[in-house]
Amino acid sequence: MELLFSICLGVMIACGVYLMLRGRTFPVILGLTLLGYAVNMFLFVSGRLHTNLPAVISPERAQYADPLPQALVLTAIVIGFAMVAFVVVLALRASGELGSDHVDGRKENES
Amino acid sequence: MTLALIPLLPLLGALIPSLFRSRNLNALSAGAIAGISMLLLLLQAPAVFNGEMPLASWSWIPAIGLNFAFRVSGFGFMFAFLILGIGLLIVLYARFYISADDPMGRFYSYLLLFMGSMLGIVLSENIMLLMMFWELTSISSFLLIGFWSYRTDAREGARQALVITGGGGLAMIAGFLLLGHIVGSFELTTILAAKEIIHAHHLYPITLILILLGAFTKSAQFPFQFWLPHAMAAPTPVSAYLHSATMVKAGVFLLALLFPVLSGSSLWFYIVTPVGLITFMFAAYMAMFKDDLKGLLAYSTVSHLGLITLLLGLGSPLAAFTAVFHILNHATFKAGLFMLAGIIDHETGTRDMKRLSGLWKYMPITGTLTMIGSASMAGVPLFNGFLSKEMFLAETLEPNLFGAFSWIVPLGATLAAIFAVAYSIRMVHDVFFKEPFTNLPKKPHEPPHGMRLPAEILMTLCVLVGLFPMTLAAPMVNMAAGSILGAATPDYHIAIWHGLNMALAMSVIALAGGAVFYLQRLRLFDSHRWCMRYCDGKATFEALIRGLVQGGRTLTGLMENGSLQRYIALLVGAVFVLGASPFFGSSVPFIGPLAMSSVDPVTLIMGLVLIVCTVATVVNHRNRILSIIMLGSVGLIVSLSFIRFSAPDLALTQISVEVVTIILLMMALHLLPRTTPVESSSVRRGRDIGLSVLAGGGAAALMLAVLSRPYDTIAGYFLENSKPGGGGTNVVNVILVDFRGFDTLGEITVLVIAGLVIYAMLHNFELTAPGIDALGRPWVQDRFPMILAQITRPLMPLALLFAAYIFLRGHNEPGGGFIAGLIVASVLILQYISSGIVWTRPRLTVDNHIIMAWGLVIAVLTGVGSWVIGYPFLTTSFTYLTWPLVGKFEVASAIAFDLGVFLAVVGSVMLILVKLGSMNSKDAEIVSASVQKAKEKKEGAH
Repeated sequence: MELLFSICLGVMIACGVYLMLRGRTFPVILGLTLLGYAVNMFLFVSGRLHTNLPAVISPERAQYADPLPQALVLTAIVIGFAMVAFVVVLALRASGELGSDHVDGRKENES
Repeated sequence: MTLALIPLLPLLGALIPSLFRSRNLNALSAGAIAGISMLLLLLQAPAVFNGEMPLASWSWIPAIGLNFAFRVSGFGFMFAFLILGIGLLIVLYARFYISADDPMGRFYSYLLLFMGSMLGIVLSENIMLLMMFWELTSISSFLLIGFWSYRTDAREGARQALVITGGGGLAMIAGFLLLGHIVGSFELTTILAAKEIIHAHHLYPITLILILLGAFTKSAQFPFQFWLPHAMAAPTPVSAYLHSATMVKAGVFLLALLFPVLSGSSLWFYIVTPVGLITFMFAAYMAMFKDDLKGLLAYSTVSHLGLITLLLGLGSPLAAFTAVFHILNHATFKAGLFMLAGIIDHETGTRDMKRLSGLWKYMPITGTLTMIGSASMAGVPLFNGFLSKEMFLAETLEPNLFGAFSWIVPLGATLAAIFAVAYSIRMVHDVFFKEPFTNLPKKPHEPPHGMRLPAEILMTLCVLVGLFPMTLAAPMVNMAAGSILGAATPDYHIAIWHGLNMALAMSVIALAGGAVFYLQRLRLFDSHRWCMRYCDGKATFEALIRGLVQGGRTLTGLMENGSLQRYIALLVGAVFVLGASPFFGSSVPFIGPLAMSSVDPVTLIMGLVLIVCTVATVVNHRNRILSIIMLGSVGLIVSLSFIRFSAPDLALTQISVEVVTIILLMMALHLLPRTTPVESSSVRRGRDIGLSVLAGGGAAALMLAVLSRPYDTIAGYFLENSKPGGGGTNVVNVILVDFRGFDTLGEITVLVIAGLVIYAMLHNFELTAPGIDALGRPWVQDRFPMILAQITRPLMPLALLFAAYIFLRGHNEPGGGFIAGLIVASVLILQYISSGIVWTRPRLTVDNHIIMAWGLVIAVLTGVGSWVIGYPFLTTSFTYLTWPLVGKFEVASAIAFDLGVFLAVVGSVMLILVKLGSMNSKDAEIVSASVQKAKEKKEGAH
């Protein structure tokens, strides 16, 4: 299970990084989103992979999943959305101001 | 308290002179502030002359040993007296010197700032505090040198002075920190009592060198001497005050202050003595050939500072005593000479000695005063400069200084004395005598009396001290030297006549040699030209700075070429190298000891689907719609994996964020090009693939390394206290709203700020969406599908009810403000999507800004509420109520905080999406109108 998870994470990171390295804003946004998923997963799983553990306290159960990374990741997901939204708007504004959706504001006819 | 006010008053009052428009009030207020400080200082005089040392101390930042502590030692008193006494004269002088065109108030403000900082240096008890004042003098010196900021030489001189003295200051901070580390205290009293500890410590050499660097740069010692002559671009009162009498003496002040603990080693002797000697000789030589009056005086100042440094380097108590005496004498005659140079400049319009001549007829009083000052500078008997110079010459004869090379010091000293006599003669003879002047910018005349008065006072002192040293100077010097040397203070009798001895012979040689030198000057002028060109450090300094800037620019150009792609590549590469490097050469196995758990088929399939979707996002990234769909699938599987690994809260959050993210991306896509052109070269793509594989592989390996190791968590505390302390059984939610409530508050603040920034960026911004898709087809016109609209309307109350349920149960079951907020935002956005902004806007009249703001306000107020009932910020209180029908019901203040979170999330998400959507809509309307028009045209043609 751990190996599978690590491989999935590695693929997400690799794809995220590759997209981030593209020259147009839209793939970069996609890459950022993908990287966001991966980082959240990484943080979450640092509390280890637990199967079928309760999320809420009940008298019958003695073992619980680690709630701390979950709490941290929960806000990270929402903040991640805010960041993606911000980058999206930045990209829109840039394409409006510069007339190009290249990350460096390069014009279409330039190389 | 009165003690601390001596330096603080000028600092606090520094702005006052700037408040007045009248020039007299400017000067008066500055003078009054300096005067009060002087009175406060004199109040300390009885105690100080009694041999006591008044102390005043307040703790400031005890953790780093920084105390707000002042002391008035005898030496400090003498210096403070000099600073304030000459300062008062300068205030008067500057009133006449600074012209009506210059901002006089600002000048006095800078001057007071400097005065306060300088007083701080000499009166600090704590060396960290001293350091702060030290840097302040560098800054105020920078401001004053650059006072005429429209002049290039002023700006360059100011920058040079700041770089040199500021750089030295940095070295000194390091030295002081080491000194404090060695002694274990930053208090001067403790440090001065710890000579043995300091000398025995292995860090002593580096400490000494660092502190000396600070002192030498400040006091313009070789090889840092060059900044001082260029600082002469400052107005003359500044040169007289900072760059001859006080600030440049801060370096020698520090040497003298730490003399008891730092001196006495051979390292001290072999650094300080040669530096002093070289400076003394070299600067005296340079001074002879300066045509600029102030340039001559500047080099002379450097030379005299070298003399004082040399004395301190010799290390004997009598040498230190002489150094103290010479500090006093030099300040008196040099400040006066600068003022006179300023007067000559002011009244003739030039200070070039090639043009000035024969002024005696027009300015006899100024001439007389200049003669007194020059005589004192040259060391002519009956003037104060003679006394200390004679003592100095006697000290250089101290045997066995350099073993067989002992003759070097007296020889060098005599040579420098000869130069000093020569330049002193030149200053008087060239300016006031020789042939009558021919081309002066102004017709010379005596200055207003107020301008001459300060110089008159100082020159009178030169004569009086020269005549009656025991009465006038000895008490002060004895006290000052006594406070440095303690029991080792020599019982020395300052006198004009010490009998026929070697020192007197050297003085005579200097006077006669100087006269001869002066007479031969024309011949010398030719032979030294090379020196003027190469010995001025300015060119070297500027070249160094240019090189540094060029090097920095090249490096920046390589790292920061303006391309985001390069930044990200560098960043990823650097993170990989930093992350991977600890594992190389480590003996610990990379994979930990824990066995892996087995994989069930469903999880395996989902994992594979995740990988396929992720890769598909990349492969299809040129087809943007397809890549969004793939990305959405990845997000859904991520939410599923949260459920799979026991995190229902995260799954709920992820799935609702997923909805709004995809909506957001679709909206953005509408305004952006729909395809990505192929533009990277295959080499670039290869590099990027390589980097991504490294990054992904690194992350996977790291994850595996983490997961295969046993772990320990602090979660036990939260699990135990969630119910009894936070009143909720959903630990994740209790952590969010209670244990780490402050973090959450910060996070919703970030969210709100992001919303506002996005709103601001899109405000008044228009972007025309293309009216056709990638294949050139116009968009369909029935924009709002009826079935969708009809389903979403009844869906809305249901979804709101569900959100309320999720919100209320959040404290005890999976749910909470974040999730409920996202659900509400999604369902509201759904109305916009299905029915259009024109229909929805009038029906949703609440301003999203207001919702968002209320969210933050409620969250903060909940936190403040805990204060009111005496708990720390954001502590949850809860109680149980029994309601009819509902039964036992828990009321926690956390729910109010969660309400704040809920509102902030709803408000900011709606703000972002509606703003983005309204841009779309406007464009869409334009587009449909244009399509309509095109259709009509077509029909018209038929």
